[in-house]
Amino acid sequence: MMSQSFHLALPEILIAGACMAMMLLGAFSRADRTALITGLTVATMVVAGILVLMLPEGRQTAFGGLFVTDSYGAFLKITVLIAAIFSILLSIGYLRREMMARYEYPLLLLFAVLGMLMMVSANDLIALYVGIELQSLALYVIAAFRRDNLRSTEAGLKYFVLGALASGMLLYGSSLIYGFLGTTSFDSIADSLIGVTTPSLGLVIGLVFVIAGLAFKVSAVPFHMWTPDVYEGAPTPVTAFFAIAPKVAAIGLFGRVLIGPFGEMLPQWQQVITFIAIASMALGAFAAINQSNIKRLMAYSAIANVGYALVGLAAGTEQGMRGLLIYMAIYVVTNAGTFACILAMRQKGRMVEGIADLAGLGKTQPMMAFAFGVFMFSLAGIPPLAGFFGKLFVFQAAIQAELYTLAVIGVVTSVVGAYYYLRIVKIMYFDEPTESFDRPVGIDIAGVTAVAAALTLLFFVLPAPLLGSAEAAAAALFGG
Amino acid sequence: MPSDFPILSVVTFLPIAGALFILIIRGDGDPAIVARNARGVALLASTITFLLSLELWFGFDKTTADFQFVEQAEWIPTFGISYHMGVDGISVLFVLLSTLLTPICVLASWEAIQTRVKEYMIAFLVLETLMVGTFCALDFIGFYMFFEGVLIPMFLIIGVWGGARRVYSAFKFFLYTLLGSVLMLLAILAIYFQLGTTDIPTALEHGFPPEMQTWLWLAFFASFAVKVPMWPVHTWLPDAHVEAPTAGSVILAGVLLKMGAYGFIRFSVPMLPDATVMFTPLIYTLSIVAVIYTSLVALAQQDMKKLIAYSSVAHMGFVTVGIFTLNQQGIEGALFQMLSHGIVSGALFLVVGVVYDRIHSREIARYGGLVHRMPLYSAAFMLFMLASVGLPGTSGFVGEFLVMVGAFQANNWVALLICTGIILSAAYMLWLYRRVIFGKLEKADLMGILDLNRREILVFAPLVVLVLWMGIYPKPFLEFMSPTVERLIARHQAAIADTPPSGLSSLVGESWQAIETRLR
Repeated sequence: MMSQSFHLALPEILIAGACMAMMLLGAFSRADRTALITGLTVATMVVAGILVLMLPEGRQTAFGGLFVTDSYGAFLKITVLIAAIFSILLSIGYLRREMMARYEYPLLLLFAVLGMLMMVSANDLIALYVGIELQSLALYVIAAFRRDNLRSTEAGLKYFVLGALASGMLLYGSSLIYGFLGTTSFDSIADSLIGVTTPSLGLVIGLVFVIAGLAFKVSAVPFHMWTPDVYEGAPTPVTAFFAIAPKVAAIGLFGRVLIGPFGEMLPQWQQVITFIAIASMALGAFAAINQSNIKRLMAYSAIANVGYALVGLAAGTEQGMRGLLIYMAIYVVTNAGTFACILAMRQKGRMVEGIADLAGLGKTQPMMAFAFGVFMFSLAGIPPLAGFFGKLFVFQAAIQAELYTLAVIGVVTSVVGAYYYLRIVKIMYFDEPTESFDRPVGIDIAGVTAVAAALTLLFFVLPAPLLGSAEAAAAALFGG
Repeated sequence: MPSDFPILSVVTFLPIAGALFILIIRGDGDPAIVARNARGVALLASTITFLLSLELWFGFDKTTADFQFVEQAEWIPTFGISYHMGVDGISVLFVLLSTLLTPICVLASWEAIQTRVKEYMIAFLVLETLMVGTFCALDFIGFYMFFEGVLIPMFLIIGVWGGARRVYSAFKFFLYTLLGSVLMLLAILAIYFQLGTTDIPTALEHGFPPEMQTWLWLAFFASFAVKVPMWPVHTWLPDAHVEAPTAGSVILAGVLLKMGAYGFIRFSVPMLPDATVMFTPLIYTLSIVAVIYTSLVALAQQDMKKLIAYSSVAHMGFVTVGIFTLNQQGIEGALFQMLSHGIVSGALFLVVGVVYDRIHSREIARYGGLVHRMPLYSAAFMLFMLASVGLPGTSGFVGEFLVMVGAFQANNWVALLICTGIILSAAYMLWLYRRVIFGKLEKADLMGILDLNRREILVFAPLVVLVLWMGIYPKPFLEFMSPTVERLIARHQAAIADTPPSGLSSLVGESWQAIETRLR
């Protein structure tokens, strides 16, 4: 039995083994092995991705039901790995220039990825917690990776303290659930809830605590306060990583927990998620208007985007989860591209983060301005760009679940949100250039920008592959 | 041409190909050569597109109301979304209008645009693709993508090449239109939920439950009313028109405004008949206010472009009344008025653009006595001005006359009230003409002003011909529309005969009867 199920966790085992081996290599080698380890990290993730694709089809569990693989997990794992690969590529040049290139960086990132893969495959509250903690601890450290910079250490500390609080809430909720149901396994929880119309109050409170803990991890309102500070304080490639990979994993976990074991309690959690979604979309839209720092703006943008993804979850249907997965996949690509552009914002060797510094980019660097414009219009959800399809399918699910208020508020806040995305386009194209950015931007950043822009711009030509696999993934979650 | 030639796709996407070509041409680093090449390619691409689109004029079967030149291909099969294109009597002429106005706009921007010419021409070609696509799309998702996509190039055209307050205007234009459109998107999703497909012909045949119709109608109204624009959501239009470059104004007035009215005819009226009957009084009221109020506002304008912008709102008020008369004359009149307005208002913006290029002012008071220096210009201006007023023999007359006939059949009061719009439009247009063209030539810098050059004559010539042709012999144009409009009305009558009048109209009707019996 054990020998049969080990192979299901092969991608995770590979990453864990590679991590430890590379750590030894880094620690014991006299020469600087950073470049080698960075390359090996990317290679490990590519291999892990291939292994994920080679997993047997259908839902299978391992380790006595703690660990589950299905096409829902596979979809999220691939998205997380792609996001992480993008982030590493974006970080290489930056770390070298800022004298931060240490071999621990890619390894910490890889540990975080391992935690994320565990999260999306968790089939037990304990496994869930272990995955989240593995991810979070690695993230706390890389947030403070620039350790002699006040803002970076502040970001790391803030993230750590608040994250520990959220973990505490999550654990407390889990213990309540365990107390009232006598099990931590998702399958057993689901079984014991079948046919229960009014679950006990303690269970509901426990679930709300779990939701609160997860909402912190996805930075949804009202647990978003850490986001702008951490995004601004952390080194930019770290921010890029924060903005994409952990979000996908945490949102995926959110769906796994609520739809799987607690699917029967939809009436209880639907209103909570609806509130969180509305609050996130509204705050993300309105609070971003006055930002002058591009990283802070992207933090609020991330909050709003999580709100849109949660619209799909609030629907609580297969269409909703499909919409959520499509949304997150497109979000990863668009945000990776946006951060690539932000990383190219250097003047005389120094990073700049002011939105006003983009002035006249349409004249000085037309290609980069075009790509940036594509990402902004996509984030605003304007067709025919990819972001439009993301919003289309989550709102379709909301309409189908008859959540009309949520849908109307969602589209209206997307118009408010369009304002600040347009403001960036305005600054790039309508304003006169001031000081231009350093060139060349480097092959890694240019490459990520070009790939992301092409995917965002031309998604409408061939949307079927992504939509099809998202549909299969969502169906898997519903036992299809 | 072979029958399976995908003419609509070619006409739609050829401009994009032209834009890509402009993107890759290099001028050996010399901006002047790049600009010259960009202009040339844009003109060539848009002219070829226009010539190809003439196939729609000659090859269109005017005896049937069905969709023609239909193309369908799989796009997102699992979701019931397909790439579906086709035209009928309602849309075919708007495709031609779009393909005609684009080369004219390129030609009109030949000298006026000197900065970032390459990007400007790309924006216009992309815009053409999106405009043509909007009128051809027979799938809601495709339609929405074209309809909304228009915002991006137009936002850039106003914002980059516009006047002093261009940023404010561009944002206002974008956000106003987007807010209306996202509500339409929800309506489209609700239809999708109901039907399981986003195919427009399927939706047109489907009978939606009356209470759902009300909400769908309001959601579509939110989008189209902003686009038309109807009072009181018209305020983005004068700002956008004034700040946009001349060619941007031409496209805005000529084609973009038509998209809203097209939406009413294509979706609201045939798909939601009960709600249409219910909301007709609302449309009448808003249109009458638009016609009278904006005409009065136009009288007070000091800026030529603003005056024409307000007159556009008034003329589009005629169109919306015509559509909701729901009879043959009214709807055909509305369609004809849309075409005529597309050409005439476009031409009027070009007319303003000619003097703006020379003097760099749009203020009416800056001009006077131009007839002494610019006889050709004055003649062209006069023709378009009279067409805008609706003088018999010009295209404006036919549209307005048919709308009036339709309105009289539907409701005498409505007809009477919109009549005042014709009188007011004569007042402000003639007064504008007198102040700009007649009088003494006193301003020093006007003494040396030059008449139309050959390029400008080339720009105006097709428009002059069309205005006169449509005014004197409108039959070829009306022939396109008749079968489609006939079927639309027949279906509408059948649909409302099925369901008893409900909601507002019955409420109003009942209370009116109650009042009458009391009075007796």
